[in-house]
Amino acid sequence: MDYQALFDAKEVVVGLLYLISAIFFVVGIKNLSKPKTAPRGNMLGAAGMFIAFVTAFLDFGIHIGPGVIEVTFDYWYILVAAIGLGAVIGVWSALGVKMTGMPQMVAIFNGFGGGASLLVAGVFYQFELETTSASELAIPMLVATVLSGLIGAVTFSGSLIAYGKLQGLKIIPGKPVSYKGDLAVKLILLVAALTLGIIMLLNPGMIGWYWFIVAAGIILGVLLVIGIGGADMPVVISLLNSYSGLAAAATGFVLGNIVLIIAGSLVGASGLILTMIMCKAMNRSLVNVLFGGFGGDSASSGESADSMYEGKITQTSSEEVAMVLESARRVVFVPGYGMAVARAATPVRQLSEALEKAGVEVAFGIHPVAGRMPGHMNVLLAEESIPYDKLLDLDSVNPTFKQTDVVIVIGANDVVNPSARDEHSPISGMPILDVDQAQTCVVIKRSLSPGFAGIPNPLFAKDNTLMLFGDGKKMMEELVKEYKEL
Amino acid sequence: MTLIYLITILAMAVFLGFELITKVPATLHTPLMSGSNAISGITIVGAVGILLTHLTTNEVGVVPFILAAVALFFATINVVGGFVVSNRMLQKFKGRK
Repeated sequence: MDYQALFDAKEVVVGLLYLISAIFFVVGIKNLSKPKTAPRGNMLGAAGMFIAFVTAFLDFGIHIGPGVIEVTFDYWYILVAAIGLGAVIGVWSALGVKMTGMPQMVAIFNGFGGGASLLVAGVFYQFELETTSASELAIPMLVATVLSGLIGAVTFSGSLIAYGKLQGLKIIPGKPVSYKGDLAVKLILLVAALTLGIIMLLNPGMIGWYWFIVAAGIILGVLLVIGIGGADMPVVISLLNSYSGLAAAATGFVLGNIVLIIAGSLVGASGLILTMIMCKAMNRSLVNVLFGGFGGDSASSGESADSMYEGKITQTSSEEVAMVLESARRVVFVPGYGMAVARAATPVRQLSEALEKAGVEVAFGIHPVAGRMPGHMNVLLAEESIPYDKLLDLDSVNPTFKQTDVVIVIGANDVVNPSARDEHSPISGMPILDVDQAQTCVVIKRSLSPGFAGIPNPLFAKDNTLMLFGDGKKMMEELVKEYKEL
Repeated sequence: MTLIYLITILAMAVFLGFELITKVPATLHTPLMSGSNAISGITIVGAVGILLTHLTTNEVGVVPFILAAVALFFATINVVGGFVVSNRMLQKFKGRK
């Protein structure tokens, strides 16, 4: 038998199979761009992953050398155990998670991806050291190993902290942790990690340096995310998503594997775009989000809440709101994460259905950062089977507020704060939903307390704004009842 | 494979990624993120690779072996969990139309 030809044939088959799986990923993501084709897109992605997974066994499990074909599957039970346990935990947590808990679920999955990348790169490096003399290791592979270790570690620990914050775990403070000189500490740590990387390149024979880099990355990830407030979580999750892709791509360079590089860079690009969209939605730069520490301290500038609100708040009752709705022709709901927390989505849907039945035009205005991750609010409303063509984004809903009779703001605050138009405001320039342009604006809220940005909202004091104080769910249920009784 | 080919592939994939993702509407950003998250679990290929290669040479000791198994475990959670959770969300979007 011609073993060389057999070896070459295997290389070609393996390469083609990896290419096919990469094509599945690309076509899958393309299909994710429309709600109709999106479930198929996700399936295509999963199919691509399955092909890549099976190909890995062909690639690494069958060895063709001069005169021998060897199949290694000796310790198969370890592979089966790791995969079986991972699959069970993955399915179990994916099926159990509530839609409100989606951001932390995605965060922790991300963290596992980053952790896997850093471990693969590290073990491969050690493996290379055993079989090759250190001086023969290629520099690009070592550089990729350093990057994989650093990015993977930041992704891993950063994601765990993000998970803790979003889940409300007691051991991790929800508010941004800031201290004097925290920026300097982060920068020093980053420089230290990169210096360790250079040391590793100069002394490639010592595996220890790699784990020092990983340790520095882990501390860096913790410090980066622990300093970030709840309002900025959508940015952080997107960024960690991007990092997990970059870590996989770096690991691809370590192993010289194209499917890792392609899939990793697709995800890296995806996370980066979502990060930029989120930053734009808050009119903040990425540097500002990462090193800013906004969203905890109260604003010093601007009018105080007391003088802004004094004597200007119009309180209303659900009965009165129902009467206003009676004569409305167009109603827009503006939900925020508070709606989901109050479990008020169901009565919101009921009211929207009742209004539509009465011939009222109903829409939902969704701010990009209405939830806690990109597109989160859409998922929360989709869970209530509110049709997605009723969910309008910032650019499509804003021009319609002038022709809108009633806007119902529920659980949202900063994203409808007109101070964003004021250049002296801390949230100046942030794109907002122009709800104050509607005929009447009803705000359902427990109290006049400020949102994440910590500043008062002049919307509440406007003449055409009615404040309906109370629990979101209870108020909405009352409203549904009153409206139906009319 | 030579470095320059790998870098070329990287650059092309990044451009392709930008083109593809900018076309995804805000409505689908969450499922997109969990789906792409699952794709970043592609490291599963590397984890399988190092484990299988280890088995032939096994002179490296037990610690890297355990680390490789942990990597495979992590990557599997990432892949399986990510695709399942995306599918769950996307089924909701089908809902009433």
